[in-house]
Amino acid sequence: MTRHLPVRDIAVVAFAQTDHRRTSEELSEVEMLMPVLHEVLAQTGLKTADIGFTCSGSSDYLAGRAFSFTLALDGVGAWPPISESHVEMDGAWALYEAWTKLLTGDADTALVYSYGKSSPGPLRDVLTRQLDPYYVAPLWPDSVALAALQAQALIDAGATDEPALAAVAARSRTDATANSHAQLRGSVPQGEYVVRPLRTGDCPPIGDGAAAVILAAGERARELCARPAWIRGVDHRIEAHGLGVRDLTDSPSTRLAAEKAGAFERPVDTAELHAPFTSQEVVLRKALKLDDSVRVNPSGGALAANPVMAAGLIRIGEAAARIHRGESDRALAHATSGPCLQQNLVAVLEGDPR
Amino acid sequence: MPEVLKAPLVVEFPFTRSLGPVQSAFLTGLRERVVLGVRTSDGRTLVPPVEYDPVTAEEIRDLVEVAPTGTVTTWAWNHAPRRDQPLGTPFAWALVRLDGADTALLHALDAPGPDAVHTGMRVRVRWAEERTGAITDIACFEPYDDKGGRDDHGGDDSLAEPTGRTGEFEDPITGIVASARLDYTYSPGRAQTAYINALADRRNVGERCPSCRKVYVPPRGACPTCGVATSEQVEVGPRGTVTTFCIVNIKAKNLDIEVPYVYAHIALDGADLALHGRIGGIPYDQVRMGLRVEPVWAEGARYPDHYRPTGEPDADYDTYKELV
Repeated sequence: MTRHLPVRDIAVVAFAQTDHRRTSEELSEVEMLMPVLHEVLAQTGLKTADIGFTCSGSSDYLAGRAFSFTLALDGVGAWPPISESHVEMDGAWALYEAWTKLLTGDADTALVYSYGKSSPGPLRDVLTRQLDPYYVAPLWPDSVALAALQAQALIDAGATDEPALAAVAARSRTDATANSHAQLRGSVPQGEYVVRPLRTGDCPPIGDGAAAVILAAGERARELCARPAWIRGVDHRIEAHGLGVRDLTDSPSTRLAAEKAGAFERPVDTAELHAPFTSQEVVLRKALKLDDSVRVNPSGGALAANPVMAAGLIRIGEAAARIHRGESDRALAHATSGPCLQQNLVAVLEGDPR
Repeated sequence: MPEVLKAPLVVEFPFTRSLGPVQSAFLTGLRERVVLGVRTSDGRTLVPPVEYDPVTAEEIRDLVEVAPTGTVTTWAWNHAPRRDQPLGTPFAWALVRLDGADTALLHALDAPGPDAVHTGMRVRVRWAEERTGAITDIACFEPYDDKGGRDDHGGDDSLAEPTGRTGEFEDPITGIVASARLDYTYSPGRAQTAYINALADRRNVGERCPSCRKVYVPPRGACPTCGVATSEQVEVGPRGTVTTFCIVNIKAKNLDIEVPYVYAHIALDGADLALHGRIGGIPYDQVRMGLRVEPVWAEGARYPDHYRPTGEPDADYDTYKELV
């Protein structure tokens, strides 16, 4: 298979995230976001006026307020006017837009940020509003219920069982002990069923948080970062919205995105997977053909902190940060959105050879 | 840090959605206790039906009836139903492939407990007594014994058979109203909390940017020019200058103000950003840029009801031109 390589080398050169917490009610969205914006700028020495393109991801439904992202723009200094865009999606998709913008040559640096305040509303119900409004949303199937349907399908197919799911949860939260930003760390009881077969431990914590990354092209990236995390490919794919049309035990969209991003050309050593539910890690490992040689979610993943709309961007940031630190040479980052892994984005990141 | 302000915030909307030919037939069918699917060009039958083939994107509208009985393809036991879900008692969410269909429909399955549910079990539609042409016309699914006789719910077996109906109905429905309500708790954050608390004392408090020294009111915690946090509190007003305005001629629903009235941008003295307010105490057609105004507080109110002229001479344009 021949894949067209990007026309410019573009890298993640800085990453910052908040401490993710059950509530940040004392802060407005921009107040929550600003420290991470300042942190990525400080890491690179850039000022807001130096940034060529800014792109953000968030959803008004989380806080229940229209156009909330426009207020968050105050945190990036949008006056005098800047080149800016927003996606009503996880920040990973904002990063995709920023990456394509840099590929065009219109900008050499980009600031990407995303945030989610889930604490003001009933998140499980809020997420039902993204479902098909004719046949599904009127039934209010909540996000845990839909993930539970997928988990049962996996159990019926013999792909996993409840002890195996509990092991995914335990591994994730144990790994998160090394992540000071994580919301759930260490030993967390599997707990009672939320929607059977998923228990509390199989589900992500609900919380507030924000993240930011800076992208830079070519030599600019080398000036800003000792070991840039070069983006070798990014692709995202979507599946039919009808849950009953899909095989919930598989994720062909993830596999296709990974293929188009070049993930299968050579092995990766690290994979940051956006799997909010334990059962979804089972699906993603299969779709991405990850074996035990790959370090999966050393950050603890979304089971340790899942600020909605930022958790996918954090996967890219965590993968990049491992490359920055020299802990990885080739990493895969995945982000998802929608029920039961409906939409999937895969990015492949590499450090310079050592 | 003063106590965080909080208030209930209810977001409620009745979206009126129109239906295409396929959705109209399907939902009208439910009203008539008929389940319709749509056939793709390669012979699959999709239930619930869609207007475009999910694989080829080809338009499809060949409607076929399927049975109101089917098989559970996956399920999840919901021991604590949430508001607005189909059943108020514990139930299973289920994807059900109706007999004659190749895809599955999501709905609730009424069963006594998780031990009574399994993938592959046979179920049938339980119709809602009142049907309007909506997915909720299916009240839920219920266990169904193919072997004949009544099941333990005492259901009417005649309803488990196809009716032979096509997609043609008298009085088809053409739209649905999708109601939704979400209950939030709003908290305004540090800067706006300080602003609201000061307003309770009839004071207008802005915040100064440490970098460009501009004073923002109401403060939102960040300077949009410098992108840095604002923190130094500065009392502004109470008087101010109208920088620009408009005359409102259409009465908003539930608004107890006679039209026409004037809505203005007002630069409070000492502020570097104009805020919004209604102008009263002067005929609407005499309001002008540069008019000097002051707030009028209603008894017990937590914010100014409106602003009225102070009687001072108009402000010189150069004093507020940067704020227009």
